[in-house]
Amino acid sequence: MNAGMPNIEELISREYPAGFVTDIESDTLPPGLSEAVIRTISAKKNEPKFLTEWRLDAFRHWQKMMVPHWAHVEYPAIDFQAISYFSAPKKQDRPKSLDEVAPELLRTYEKLGIPLEEQKILAGVAVDAVFDSVSVATTFKDKLAEMGIIFCSFSEAVQKHAELVQRYLGSVVSKRDNFYAALNAAVFTDGSFVYVPKGVRCPMELSTYFRINAAMTGQFERTLIIAEEGSYVSYLEGCTAPMRDENQLHAAVVELVALDDAQIKYSTVQNWYPGDAEGRGGIYNFVTKRGLCKGRNAKISWTQVETGSAITWKYPSCILKGDNSVGEFYSVALTNNYQQADTGTKMIHVGKNTRSTIISKGISAAHGQNAYRGLVQIHKRAENARNYSQCDSLLIGDRCGAHTFPYIEVRNPSAKVEHEASTSKIGEDQLFYCQQRGLSQEDAVSMIVNGFCKEVFKELPMEFAVEAQKLLGVSLEGSVG
Amino acid sequence: MTQNSLLQISNLHAEVEGQAILRGIDLTIKAGEVHAIMGPNASGKSTLAHVLAGRPGFEVTQGEILYQGKDLLAMPPEERARHGLFLGFQYPVEIPGVSNVYLLKAAVNAMRKQRGLPELDAMDFLERVSERMVELGISKDLLYRSVNEGFSGGEKKRNEILQMSVLEPQLAILDEIDSGLDIDALRVVANSVNALRSEDRAIVMVTHYQRLLAYIKPDYVHVLFQGRIVKSGGPELAEALEEKGYGWVCQAGDVTSGEIA
Repeated sequence: MNAGMPNIEELISREYPAGFVTDIESDTLPPGLSEAVIRTISAKKNEPKFLTEWRLDAFRHWQKMMVPHWAHVEYPAIDFQAISYFSAPKKQDRPKSLDEVAPELLRTYEKLGIPLEEQKILAGVAVDAVFDSVSVATTFKDKLAEMGIIFCSFSEAVQKHAELVQRYLGSVVSKRDNFYAALNAAVFTDGSFVYVPKGVRCPMELSTYFRINAAMTGQFERTLIIAEEGSYVSYLEGCTAPMRDENQLHAAVVELVALDDAQIKYSTVQNWYPGDAEGRGGIYNFVTKRGLCKGRNAKISWTQVETGSAITWKYPSCILKGDNSVGEFYSVALTNNYQQADTGTKMIHVGKNTRSTIISKGISAAHGQNAYRGLVQIHKRAENARNYSQCDSLLIGDRCGAHTFPYIEVRNPSAKVEHEASTSKIGEDQLFYCQQRGLSQEDAVSMIVNGFCKEVFKELPMEFAVEAQKLLGVSLEGSVG
Repeated sequence: MTQNSLLQISNLHAEVEGQAILRGIDLTIKAGEVHAIMGPNASGKSTLAHVLAGRPGFEVTQGEILYQGKDLLAMPPEERARHGLFLGFQYPVEIPGVSNVYLLKAAVNAMRKQRGLPELDAMDFLERVSERMVELGISKDLLYRSVNEGFSGGEKKRNEILQMSVLEPQLAILDEIDSGLDIDALRVVANSVNALRSEDRAIVMVTHYQRLLAYIKPDYVHVLFQGRIVKSGGPELAEALEEKGYGWVCQAGDVTSGEIA
């Protein structure tokens, strides 16, 4: 090695910048899961009977289900009875303005660089901040309400729009869909709800910041977005978590429904605590995200930048039921240290002339393991279905891994399915070239990786794209030697 | 002799993958000078260029290099670059997804930061780059394409020269900058290099052929063979080589000092 060249380990060993814990009294249920606990959650939230029954049915079914083991990830068995299933900030009354929000909370968001205040409002983003499991602040609601757009916490939707909730809840991800989706259905505490009426184009990006806080508290979010005929909505989800030693389970469910000519764009930047350099701690992120293009010409786009969590296990998917409907999946998944990611998508072509695009960029550094798992399924009556998949993997160092598991099932001979895959290493020659132009090794890595991810970043809304690029830089600091 | 020398190489030995490539190089270069390093294939020319730039894997086993009076070998590659040492690559590297202009701007600002100057704003930067691009006959779209990706051989070399002329280095080392260029492109590149000749800058050209030197007249020519400088002289040495071939100076055992008179 040359003099003054720092090695990979030194550069990697940067502390997680969002690691801190907010001290707020929590109204937390003791650990454990039973019908009584579910009834308590439902009662605390003053839910209608149909929902209580829905939860209980999910729970009864979940008890008969097995923990799935097919993903390319390894972790110790989770004791579901050791988890507390409800945690809410104590202050019960919802604040009417930001002034009423607990100052500790605002400071937490500030530390995370989440501009809940003026800047964000000026930037035209309505923020529905989720702290632990209960939403505490919502802005811009009035303006959206004028257009008939509903953007609120899931709990509020249950109270005020029960009919819509009842109609669509579980219509895309059934409460018995899979182990973690069933668990979520049984115990979910809050999340976001969006309804965009016919012909309405939502004038701003809808944004939610999730944050896990109380130790040993499972986080079970539930999001439901409904786009009526001819409507459009872009939804942003971004999150970071404070540092904790215990592994924390996060099992969210997101359901999207797009009717005729409707379009939903769902973007995620996920930066939960990934665990330390030795692989201790970190979030388990077991998520079920699925969109249904229910109507003709509907379109659903998923864009995700996954840099956090000890284990990420998610497959934002599209069911292309309506004729001519379009599904897209753009993903950047980064694993550093001992992080593991098994992520990808499912594109289920049911309708005629349905099209899907998959662009997946996996980056592995240190001991990181990154798997792309994707299913492209063309049903019998899906005439002229098209899919294009591109999976690129970038390796940094020689102890990480990249894996690709593409599944293609075609039952209609008119289908056209393309799959391209590549694996490359950040070349020493690329790094040296950048360094010879005066860039530090870290800046060079960040630049090369951002270049690698460009096709995905250009799908993100502008403000998110900038954040995502910074995040990649921070998450990768030092991954080269 | 050492007073105003920009670069002073003493008894430099270097190896790549355990194999000795440079075996005792002595060379002094002053600001304002243009040197040509010539030699047959595998004589160590490119190795010398890479050792100067600090490429990983090129290990110095003996000797020292003073650059601007400082120990060059103690500096990481980016620091050498920020102190004005530029290497024009024989094989410029492709960086997919990173626009050429982005890398160039990052490079310019890295140099400016070193000198305590504020970052150039986008307008000033583009103005400066545009001028140079016109001189080099480079089309605008090259700026917005990914670094070297899909560039023709000639575009890659011109792009190296563009970077050099925008970065205005103190010591420019051009590794086989003429390879892959047709005669017109060679002329354009040579003009740009000549335009950069100045009192406070030194240029080192590593080349196999004499043809480049017809356009960029060196003050000194050195012939490298088996890791040593076997002959040094003025531009007439290059002409003699053209006439007589490397066999004339490069015979095993015929090794003389590389000191410049």
